[in-house]
Amino acid sequence: MKRGEHSAYAYLRHSKRFPHVWCPGCGIGIVMGAIIRAVDQLQLDPDHTAIISGIGCTSRMPVYMDFNTMHTTHGRALAFATGLKLARPDMHIIVVMGDGDALAIGGNHFIHAARRNIDLTSVIVNNQIYGMTGGQLSPTTPFEMRATTAPYGNIDPAFPITDLSIAAGAAFVARSTVYHSQELEKYVRTGLETRGFAVIEALSNCHTTYGRLNNLGGAVEMMRHFKQASITRKAAEKLAAEELEGRIVRGVFHHDISRKDYSTLYREIQEKAGGAELANERIDSMEMV
Amino acid sequence: MSQPVDRFEVRLAGSGGQGLILAGLILAEAVAIFDDRNATQTQSYGPEARGGASRSEIVISDGEIHYPKVISADVLLAMSQEACDKYFYGLKPDGLLVVDSGLIERVPSSRAVEAPITRIAQETTGRAISANIVALGLIGGLTGVVSRQALQRAVTARVPEGTVDMNLKAMVAGWEKALEIIERGGVGPD
Amino acid sequence: MAAPRMMQGNEACAAGAIAAGCRFFGGYPITPSTDIAEYMARELPRVGGVFIQMEDEIAGIAAVIGASLGGAKAMTATSGPGFSLMQENIGYAAMTEVPCVIVNVMRLGPSTGRPTSPSQGDVMQARWGSHGDHPIIALSPASVLETFELTVRAFNLSERYRTPVIVLVDEVVGHMREKVTLPRSEDVKAIDRIRPSEPPEWYKPYGSSPNDVPPLASFGSGYRYHVTGLHHDSAGFPTDRVDEVEPWARRIFRKIKGSVNHIAQYETDGVEDARTIVVAYGSVARAASEAIRVARSRRRKVGLLRLKTLWPFPTRVIGQVCREARRVIVPEMNLGQIAIEVERIAGDRKVRRVNRIDGEMITPQQILDAMEAK
Repeated sequence: MKRGEHSAYAYLRHSKRFPHVWCPGCGIGIVMGAIIRAVDQLQLDPDHTAIISGIGCTSRMPVYMDFNTMHTTHGRALAFATGLKLARPDMHIIVVMGDGDALAIGGNHFIHAARRNIDLTSVIVNNQIYGMTGGQLSPTTPFEMRATTAPYGNIDPAFPITDLSIAAGAAFVARSTVYHSQELEKYVRTGLETRGFAVIEALSNCHTTYGRLNNLGGAVEMMRHFKQASITRKAAEKLAAEELEGRIVRGVFHHDISRKDYSTLYREIQEKAGGAELANERIDSMEMV
Repeated sequence: MSQPVDRFEVRLAGSGGQGLILAGLILAEAVAIFDDRNATQTQSYGPEARGGASRSEIVISDGEIHYPKVISADVLLAMSQEACDKYFYGLKPDGLLVVDSGLIERVPSSRAVEAPITRIAQETTGRAISANIVALGLIGGLTGVVSRQALQRAVTARVPEGTVDMNLKAMVAGWEKALEIIERGGVGPD
Repeated sequence: MAAPRMMQGNEACAAGAIAAGCRFFGGYPITPSTDIAEYMARELPRVGGVFIQMEDEIAGIAAVIGASLGGAKAMTATSGPGFSLMQENIGYAAMTEVPCVIVNVMRLGPSTGRPTSPSQGDVMQARWGSHGDHPIIALSPASVLETFELTVRAFNLSERYRTPVIVLVDEVVGHMREKVTLPRSEDVKAIDRIRPSEPPEWYKPYGSSPNDVPPLASFGSGYRYHVTGLHHDSAGFPTDRVDEVEPWARRIFRKIKGSVNHIAQYETDGVEDARTIVVAYGSVARAASEAIRVARSRRRKVGLLRLKTLWPFPTRVIGQVCREARRVIVPEMNLGQIAIEVERIAGDRKVRRVNRIDGEMITPQQILDAMEAK
């Protein structure tokens, strides 16, 4: 099939890489679909697009996607992506991470990528647990919920990803769920269009571990919960704090493109130092063969 | 251990912030680049940017320098009591000890050159910070291990912009002090 | 030839990197390596390159690997604690066969140790620091000029063999100033990685090739492929097939070990008829040279084997040089990390260690004492 006929299919490494590793009913595939549709809508050239991940269920995503793909070490995807972006500012780079990957082991890289406002689109699939290793506590596991390493209930507070991202300096911050796949797609698209650090939090279901350990039902029940418990930011503004208890607020939390992205600022450094022309030549020489 | 005859070793020792590592670099550069001989410079310092022990070692030779550290010093400049006590033992029996008489009370040798290095700096340039360059002038004048012109050129090349004149004055003051000491025939308290 | 100048080992390292074509540096400040980062921060943007101070050393090496996959020759520089933090991603670079250079200006450890004092304590960490079996190349310079030369060579080996290369500079060499005359940049021979010439649909980033080093395509050059730290097949996709895992591992060893004669460099001085051989590297080799000069003045037959390449270990030359000697002395600023390797080859009956782990340089006298001891 050709690109455009069936948008997702043309961007998948369909010949070799399937079936995928994810459990039946997993939400990660929905996020992958949203990313692919966003790329297709923007008609990004796959040769100039990279998907970079760390370690975990979500980080297995790039292997299925027919782009320049890099499956790196646990927590470090953003640091690898930072190097690639600075060497190749002409490339579009999407970084896919799970909640543990992005915010526990990779938390330092996450806040510094946001602080630098480097032009990367990061998609955090937040299933509130470590899925691949069997259901251990994550930095987004809600208070009192269970994990295999929190058998009596979790006493760590969950990181609010959107607040953290905004405070650290991200240019675009949005949240949706895997039930709202079109909304996710829209946010990924905006993230890619934003010249700066974009964070899209995609709440997802891990019924295999999180759902089972906390009696939340299977994929369908968890998906239904995303539908019923979530509320748009606009609607949330009308509610009192106690009415928001247990709700998932979806929407764009921050979008500020007034600050220059890191590559633009570094470009100015190269101009100041007198090496901008040489930088152009170097990047041009890397272009298509 | 026997040493090659043409190996000359200088150790500058004191505290962080006295500019001894820069002084070592200037002396090494003066000898190696402007006098066209060979020199190495190594350093040892603590974590403190100011205070703490600091030392800079310069090895000078006309041949190849294998070992870049001091084996037994021909010259020791001591700019703190601690450095003086610690490194005096590493001086050759006939080596030259130069101390800042304003900073060092207990001089371990009656044959030391005691000069008020920091006071000379203060009086000549108004800045105690140029004591390191006064000391270089003093060592150059006393030993002849570096030519006056080469030292002048190295000071000019290495000191911060805007301080060249001040530092050249400091160097000349040190050198003149050395000549005065030699004239007077010697060592001991000023 | 440019004019002679006084230069520090760390500066010469950075200058060598740029002369070799390095255009990306990602790192984190740490004594005693920081001069390298400062030089790169100043010079890289002038030549169209990029310097970034990352949030830690883990991020530094990660960014370097990312930049290298983007086609830029890339380097990081660190010291002991930072080198420890980098180990996982050095293994990733070995696994994914991405060229990069890691400079470790060795200071006294373990832990924070003595940050401004010299050591050679990271020799074995350079070899075995990252988990899992993989080969590595590590070089160790003994002078300021050689730091320039070996940094150039580190890039060339890294590009040629698609492997991380470690430059182990000790603090003495890193901070020492010497008179050097650097070659003009047009006289520096820089080797670039082989890029694929086949059409993208045929490209195998981990395929077979005559010298066991498959071509490496840059990201964004029209070749879309997958890079993973998982064991992978010739196309780069994860595999658990035993008939793919072991052949891959054998190949990456073969590409380095099979070229040990090309990679391993050393210098000898009077080893032919020597009864005592000193095997040394880094700044300690300079103490050895001085000791040998004195010993010869006492009519002793002593020779020096100075290693410029530590890994892969030059087994053959050690065997040859030490065969006829009565005594082999291995002075090191550690407790015998290279001595273990020498003993393995020369037979431990002959080998005498001279060690120092107090943060001071080994003196010529210590080596002389070992020569004279019964």
